[in-house]
Amino acid sequence: MDQGLRSELQKQGVFTTTLEEVYNWGRANSVWPLTFGLACCAIEMIAASMSRFDLARFGAEVFRPSPRQADLMIVAGTVTKKMAPLVVRLYNQMPEPKYVIAMGACAISGGPFKQGYNVLKGIDRYVPVDVVIPGCPPRPEALIHAFMTLQEKIEQQKLTGPHRARHLDPDAPSEFPVPVYGEHDLVPPKNPQIWQPPVVQR
Amino acid sequence: MPTPQNSYLVLVVLMVAAVGFAAVPLTLAWLWAKFFSPKKPGHDKNATYECGLESKGDAWIQFRAEYYLYGIIFLVFDVETIFLLPFAVSFGGLSAGAFIAMMVFLLLLVEGLVWAWQKGVLTWK
Repeated sequence: MDQGLRSELQKQGVFTTTLEEVYNWGRANSVWPLTFGLACCAIEMIAASMSRFDLARFGAEVFRPSPRQADLMIVAGTVTKKMAPLVVRLYNQMPEPKYVIAMGACAISGGPFKQGYNVLKGIDRYVPVDVVIPGCPPRPEALIHAFMTLQEKIEQQKLTGPHRARHLDPDAPSEFPVPVYGEHDLVPPKNPQIWQPPVVQR
Repeated sequence: MPTPQNSYLVLVVLMVAAVGFAAVPLTLAWLWAKFFSPKKPGHDKNATYECGLESKGDAWIQFRAEYYLYGIIFLVFDVETIFLLPFAVSFGGLSAGAFIAMMVFLLLLVEGLVWAWQKGVLTWK
């Protein structure tokens, strides 16, 4: 139904919707994050869920203590190479549909520890990130903004067709390879399926 | 006001409505999951424990049979102590019949212990 007809009908008091919209509306307003903090950003994440910022207004009422009850992983803080396999494993244990918010400069790029030998230069090397939040650490408002961005993203997901949501594609992977501790670094250092290094043009 | 022909009909209707109230959303959710959510099991998702560390083994704990045999034998002799205590306290005032009965009881107890010992019950393999 085109938008003009819909708006004309609304003027007459007739509201129309689609199954897809109802489904996405329900999912977008009941995202349950995983209780999962790695560093300083986790304090901001905690603040976002407390009374002053109250993430519960968005349906993210309860931070689940188990990945099997959560559908959003907020990677809040520095992902060290020691922690990276655990992050990926927890992501793998979450049921579909699942989303990832990479919170803070460390989680998205390594942040101030980028040159360090022990810090992963972005969790998007191993798991697909839906929303990234810059900042060190980002304030709770930034997390809420990222949450709203994720909600908009969920509301626009398609149920059918070639552009349908990833979790509805039977061929799309639900688990990603967990890196192992190699002699000098994580093996593999990245998941080439989901992360390609940017080509530098000189 | 006309009385309904069968007053239990109201209850039946209410019961059907109550069951339907719970069953219909569950059925819809089940159908939705069946047709719209592909099952994607995997090694990590099927792991026993939900933890960042790799699961080792399963949640079943195997106790050896000897554990229970030791437990039962301890329990048996523990209970016998309760019988022996009044026997010891009232030893001076007992008749010969009571004494013989107690000796038979102790003999049976020792016989059981010897039997269990010979069967190898007390040997932890």
